[in-house]
Amino acid sequence: MTTTTETVLDARGVTMRFGGLTAVKNVDLTVNSGEIVGLIGPNGAGKTTFFNCLTGLYIPTEGEVRYKGTVLPPKSFKVTAAGIARTFQNIRLFNNMTVLENVLVGRHTRTKEGLWSALLRLPSFGKEEQASREKAMELLEFIGLDHKAEHLARNLPYGEQRKLEIARALASDPGLILLDEPTAGMNPQETRAAEELIFAIRDKGIAVLVIEHDMRFIFNLCDRVACLVQGEKLIEGTAGEVQSDERVVAAYLGEPFEGAPGADEVAEVEAAEAHAEEAPAEEAPAEEAQAEAAEAEAAEAEAEAETDADAETDADTEPETPAEDDTAPAADSTTSTTTDGEAK
Amino acid sequence: MTTTTTDTAPQAIATRENRIPEQAARAMATAGGALTVVSCFLAWTWTSAFPGDLTVYGYPGGLQWLVLVGGALTTLFGLSSYGIKGLRWLTPAGADAAIKLSALAALYTTLYTVKAISTALGGLVNLEPGGFIVLIASVIAYLGARSLPFERPELDEADPEDSWWDRYKLGYRNRWAVTKAAHASGTPKPARALPASVEILIIAAVLAVGLGVFTYGVTTPYQELFIGFLITAGFGFAALQKAGLVARFTALTAKHRNVALVGAFVAAAAFPLTQTDDQYATLGVNILIFATVALGLNIVVGLTGLLDLGYVAFLGVGAYTAALVSGSPNSPFGVHLPFWAAIILGAAASMVFGVLIGAPTLRLRGDYLAIVTLGFGEIFRISMNNLDGVSGPDLTNGPNGVAGVPNVNLFGFDFGANHVFLGFTIGRFANYFLLMLLVTLIVIMVFRRSAESRIGRAWVAIREDETAAEAMGINGFRVKLIAFALGATLAGLAGAVQAHVNYTVTPDQYVFANAVPPNSAFLLAAVVLGGMGTISGPLVGGALLFMIPNKLQFLGEYQLLVFGIALVVLMRLRPEGLIPNRRNQLELHKDLEAPAVLSKAGA
Repeated sequence: MTTTTETVLDARGVTMRFGGLTAVKNVDLTVNSGEIVGLIGPNGAGKTTFFNCLTGLYIPTEGEVRYKGTVLPPKSFKVTAAGIARTFQNIRLFNNMTVLENVLVGRHTRTKEGLWSALLRLPSFGKEEQASREKAMELLEFIGLDHKAEHLARNLPYGEQRKLEIARALASDPGLILLDEPTAGMNPQETRAAEELIFAIRDKGIAVLVIEHDMRFIFNLCDRVACLVQGEKLIEGTAGEVQSDERVVAAYLGEPFEGAPGADEVAEVEAAEAHAEEAPAEEAPAEEAQAEAAEAEAAEAEAEAETDADAETDADTEPETPAEDDTAPAADSTTSTTTDGEAK
Repeated sequence: MTTTTTDTAPQAIATRENRIPEQAARAMATAGGALTVVSCFLAWTWTSAFPGDLTVYGYPGGLQWLVLVGGALTTLFGLSSYGIKGLRWLTPAGADAAIKLSALAALYTTLYTVKAISTALGGLVNLEPGGFIVLIASVIAYLGARSLPFERPELDEADPEDSWWDRYKLGYRNRWAVTKAAHASGTPKPARALPASVEILIIAAVLAVGLGVFTYGVTTPYQELFIGFLITAGFGFAALQKAGLVARFTALTAKHRNVALVGAFVAAAAFPLTQTDDQYATLGVNILIFATVALGLNIVVGLTGLLDLGYVAFLGVGAYTAALVSGSPNSPFGVHLPFWAAIILGAAASMVFGVLIGAPTLRLRGDYLAIVTLGFGEIFRISMNNLDGVSGPDLTNGPNGVAGVPNVNLFGFDFGANHVFLGFTIGRFANYFLLMLLVTLIVIMVFRRSAESRIGRAWVAIREDETAAEAMGINGFRVKLIAFALGATLAGLAGAVQAHVNYTVTPDQYVFANAVPPNSAFLLAAVVLGGMGTISGPLVGGALLFMIPNKLQFLGEYQLLVFGIALVVLMRLRPEGLIPNRRNQLELHKDLEAPAVLSKAGA
């Protein structure tokens, strides 16, 4: 995008294992300055785990993450201090603080005043507090929430809470901001507004790495997109390349596999059903066919549930919300065939 | 305590209310209130054997004063609801709920008085006609008040398939909803702008009344009067709040914060001047120590959200340190440092102790931290018990404690002697009361300034969501350690004064739970009861929790049980504590739609 491209984030061979389960396997990813990079993948692919590895919430089992050339420390507050800010998939605002205070908390790393200067109200305290407030109000204006500065965060509507989370992350003057599903649960208008906001953030000179399920959103927005499947990076490229890649399509929409109800069997089942309706007397065989089909489905669902659960054993972080994505439901059940082998 | 006491079905409640038309109900409430006031000037009983001397015509005494206050409030709110000029300012948030609660204040106090008289003297026969008149008057006022119309909530219908238990629960829920709706008040109308000087005068007047109420409560000479005081003060305060006056006053103090703080300080300092002997000043200084320590604990619990169950140990560290360096004959050091050095040492020792305990434990979260602090609190007490030269080095004189701590002598001012000041005699405990007041002021300033700073915001952020706070660049461990150490330091300050006030420091003063404060459980209860994250909350909660065991000796060993029940009831009725967090009130002004959400915010 910009002429002077500097590598902001450089993740090399990031691997994250939880016991026997490898949630993220050997993922490389770079983000250059002025870039918006998207990270997509089916539910349970390890996107959020990868994010947590980048922000110091997890210490990667292998590999290293560099920010502007220096290796990131394995503590999330130090990562923020270094210049990477993040939002959360399920909103984690400070609910009982006002909107302004939320953003002021985001300023924490960029301010220095300690307890003594607060207790003695040294002149520097007033100055810094004033500067922080101005900066915070500026950010609230940027996201369009300045008129609600004194409201409690918990009383904001959903879309504004997402925006506030972004403002809070921006308050730490980051060089890179990581957005975890910024449009989850938003309607199309709000999604468009979020798109504008992310472009505006990029124009401020902040690189953006975004996880998203909304394909239209991500392909509009991103300069590059990486696709994560089963913890591994499948492909990285422009929106067009990723969109047309067969493996991505397969990961999302699935490919035929042995034992799955193929076209023939589906036809068979349908025929049987039709037959059964016509002639209720001959129930037995039709029922059998149906039962078979149902069994196959159940087995699949089970396998899928298992892997999902395993991949998400990172307990205290957010479980993926399957309700929100519009492409996944069909894809999920089919991808599980590949999963089976790996997870066990 | 609900107004609908019988367990009738919801339909019955709905029909029962409208028997008295609104006009008549209002008139009944107001007139009943006025009659209650008048009847307080009659004799209620024939003998002065009942404490307070209720036998005099023409002059109220003892419990009569309390009933009078309840009746007067009912009358005033009633008149205000008629829109009488000059009284309308009394009810900016609507009068009806206030009338109901003040009528309840009068009724319950009257009922209690009648009950106390008949128990003490043996039967209702001991009542003079005045006693019956006041009973009838307050019942009339109450009946009128409860018939005032209110917006009825929508009740849930019973499912015919429900079991009796489900029906009972439903009935309870509905009754509760009706009770709540009956006592709901509106949002206060915005106050008329007054000149700053007038506003400051109002603050001064309210603080003077507050001092009066506090002094009255502390100096109640017999327990019947104290119980009556609790009833009247509780319902009266609720009535004032429903009327919107409390919110008004809070807004005023928020506008003139420093004036309010200085005013409150002056009012508190005036307390010993109202006393002729040291009896109640003793109580005053102990209340102040307890409330101050509770305020220090509020930094740890209320702001940072760390459940500390061993906080009283820090009070103990401060007290022991100060006692050991102040020239007690039991001290192995044999030094007698001036008080200012002793208090600084006490605070510093507490801080060191706080850091030592905090450093390994603050990596834990939630319940684990609570358990570990509980353990450390007990370790402190047991260590002090054993450092007696037998089972350990001779440092603290074991269970006998460090005795004979001399009085503070600060710049030639002997705190142990009586001093005459402007014609008032200020005794030993009054001296210490004033000294402790200074410490309280320091703690208040520390609390306020640290809460409104970068570090205070970090504390609250950690309380709200520690993971998110860390992701915002806050070093959680460091910030929590600062809170822990600061809280410990403040307790150490209070401990140093306590050592001098009580002459003796023994290990059994610093236990986890006991029938008498201060102990860790009571401190925590004071914070929760008063309101977490506020300044006045723990002070009020601390004062109440200290006074109640002191005044109600008859509770004896049932004290803890009664406290448990009281806490449960309070948490049911008012989970945010007696004095809710400013944030909630701030929001109440801004957003009229969401009071239901907000009431949970402080809990």
